[in-house]
Amino acid sequence: MSLVELHAIHKSFGELEVLKGIDLAIDEGQVIALIGKSGSGKSTLLRTINGLEQIDSGVIMVGGNKISERDTDLLALRLQVGMVFQQFNLFPHYTALENVMLSPQVVKKQSKVEAKEIAEEMLAKVGLADKMMHYPDQLSGGQQQRVAIARALAMKPKVLLCDEVTSALDPELVNEVLAVVRKLAEEGMTLVMVTHEMRFAREVCDKLVFMHQGRIHETGDPEEVFSNPKTSELASFVGGLA
Amino acid sequence: MAYEFDFGAIVPHWKLLFDGVILTTELTVIGAVVGVGFGIMGAWARASRAPVISQIVGIYVELIRNTPFLVQLFFIFFGLPALGVKLTEFQAAVLAMIVNLGVYSTEIIRAGIQAVPQGQIEAAQSLAMNRLQIFRYVVILPALKKIWPALSSQIVIVMLGSSVCSQIAAEELTFGANYIQAINFRAFEVYFIVTGIYLVMSILLRMSLKVLGNYLFERRRHV
Amino acid sequence: MSEFTLWDIVYNLLLAGRWTVLLSLTAFALGGLVGLILLMIRTAGNPWLVRLVRGYVELFQGTPLLMQLFIVFFGLPLIGLDVSPWVAATLGLTLFTSAFLTEIWRGCVESIGRGQWEASASLGMNFTQQMRYIVLPQAMRIAIPPTVGFSVQVVKGTAVASIIGFVELTKAGTMITNATYAPFTVYGCVALMYFLICYPLSLFARHLEGKFRHVAR
Ligand SMILES: Nc1ncnc2c1ncn2[C@@H]1O[C@H](COP(=O)(O)OP(=O)(O)O)[C@@H](O)[C@H]1O
Ligand SMILES: [Mg+2]
Repeated sequence: MSLVELHAIHKSFGELEVLKGIDLAIDEGQVIALIGKSGSGKSTLLRTINGLEQIDSGVIMVGGNKISERDTDLLALRLQVGMVFQQFNLFPHYTALENVMLSPQVVKKQSKVEAKEIAEEMLAKVGLADKMMHYPDQLSGGQQQRVAIARALAMKPKVLLCDEVTSALDPELVNEVLAVVRKLAEEGMTLVMVTHEMRFAREVCDKLVFMHQGRIHETGDPEEVFSNPKTSELASFVGGLA
Repeated sequence: MAYEFDFGAIVPHWKLLFDGVILTTELTVIGAVVGVGFGIMGAWARASRAPVISQIVGIYVELIRNTPFLVQLFFIFFGLPALGVKLTEFQAAVLAMIVNLGVYSTEIIRAGIQAVPQGQIEAAQSLAMNRLQIFRYVVILPALKKIWPALSSQIVIVMLGSSVCSQIAAEELTFGANYIQAINFRAFEVYFIVTGIYLVMSILLRMSLKVLGNYLFERRRHV
Repeated sequence: MSEFTLWDIVYNLLLAGRWTVLLSLTAFALGGLVGLILLMIRTAGNPWLVRLVRGYVELFQGTPLLMQLFIVFFGLPLIGLDVSPWVAATLGLTLFTSAFLTEIWRGCVESIGRGQWEASASLGMNFTQQMRYIVLPQAMRIAIPPTVGFSVQVVKGTAVASIIGFVELTKAGTMITNATYAPFTVYGCVALMYFLICYPLSLFARHLEGKFRHVAR
């Protein structure tokens, strides 16, 4: 049984059909790279898995349980699936430490001591043990994004979704964030990441999913898919980047 | 014994309400046109390089903004005669409306002027325009366009505020209502209906101002 | 005819001014409370309730405060509740205040970006938690200057309560004028007292505006 299973997911925004029947299984420990042109539906798919978008039809299963639109199911889903956004979305009125502590305390009802312990551990993991008392506007983009990763990790999700986590960063800050993601992958964290960093995808991921016009167009082992794309769309997408 | 509503008791007095609507409209239109005119001059004065003028206008604005309309009205109508300025009820009401809208629009327009990009002004300066020319041709129209929604809301607020002019017996809409309920003792029904009339008037006023704004500011785009 | 000295006038106005302050504070506190509840209802997003709150705001922003007070004052006795001018004024001004505050605050809540809602949702927070920990703390900072600014409107609004017979500053002014025949002095003093209450509030609001303009947290 996979951790998360998507069956025939359809999603439209008004007239525009953005997801046209997506099937995807995310296994424990898997690191999946989601690639594709801008507008192909990658973000929408990721947001669906986190319950941020309501689907029109299809089934989402987490840990073998079907997720409905009820609030309790949504909560259960989000307890298993964490998300990191392109724009960080840190809470500007809390310090780095408070950002990370907040939902363990509030949602999981952990004690302050417990939450602080976990938060410190996670911030240390992303290399920010010395910035815990800083507010988001006192941190660089790369540091903010690492806090956001720590914040998601503190909820101990089974899967972490990353939507272009380096796209809003200045080039010199990209690597410090990718290093953190790489470390998570090596530790066995289940990851689904939308990325344009093809070299990184190739080195770190063990499954590549290419989206095109709202469908999963091609999928497979990154090494193989990159060196030997089966569809012309993927070939031109990969070629266009090189 | 339950109270029997009798909205029909208002009908014979419709003319009083109609006249009231007309007078309230007059107060509002005169107040808005003259008031916004003063507002433009006030905003110009506030931006003036002579600090004395700017400060005098500033003090006047603060005095009006921080006192109730009703008290200003009483002061004008009952107080000013002591200085030999004797006004009719209507004149006093109009004056109070103008003073209020003048002051509020001074502040609103000033904010609009401050939002005009410095580059626009520098460009005009580089074309050898003087201060008045810059204000007239480059600054005021974009400024007014930007603050038109805020100015419109303020005009509606002042129109609704004119309801207290009944207290100096200016014969606007609320005065009509007071008069009717004194005759037929149907206070609730009268005020209920008059509240509805005010609601319609404020919706119509807001719509008219929107249309006027489109006419003033959008028209030029298509020429 | 006028045994009233200037000091008598000022002293009597000050006594009545206490009621202006009390009515302002009560209406502002209760109005804030009701406004907050309306804000929650509106933000939670049930379409019917949203429409209801919008209608409420439209009604109170589209009619004169004086009419609102009249309707409360003359309407409540019809359903068997005999109300004093104090109760009618408090109730009317509370409703008035709540409509304006909920509208001001709605703007502030809407200025909190979607990203904040989504990030907190992705962490498993429910609506109440999102509001309490993420949205309101940020919205409140933005809301403080216009809220303080609006308190000036509430103070000025209390003058209208004089018309339904509530004896506060303005009503006292009229009564003293009738006794002294010195309207210029009396209404001048009345205006000055309102100014002394309102101007510090205006200044404070402006000060806060400058202070919060550049601060994110
Ligand atoms: N909230 C929305 N409302 C309307 N259209 C949307 C919305 N979100 C995304 N879209 C549209 O859906 C399509 C897919 O968007 P997205 O999933 O963000 O693509 P990607 O992340 O692959 O660039 C785009 O055409 C986008 O304009
Ligand atoms: Mg995207």
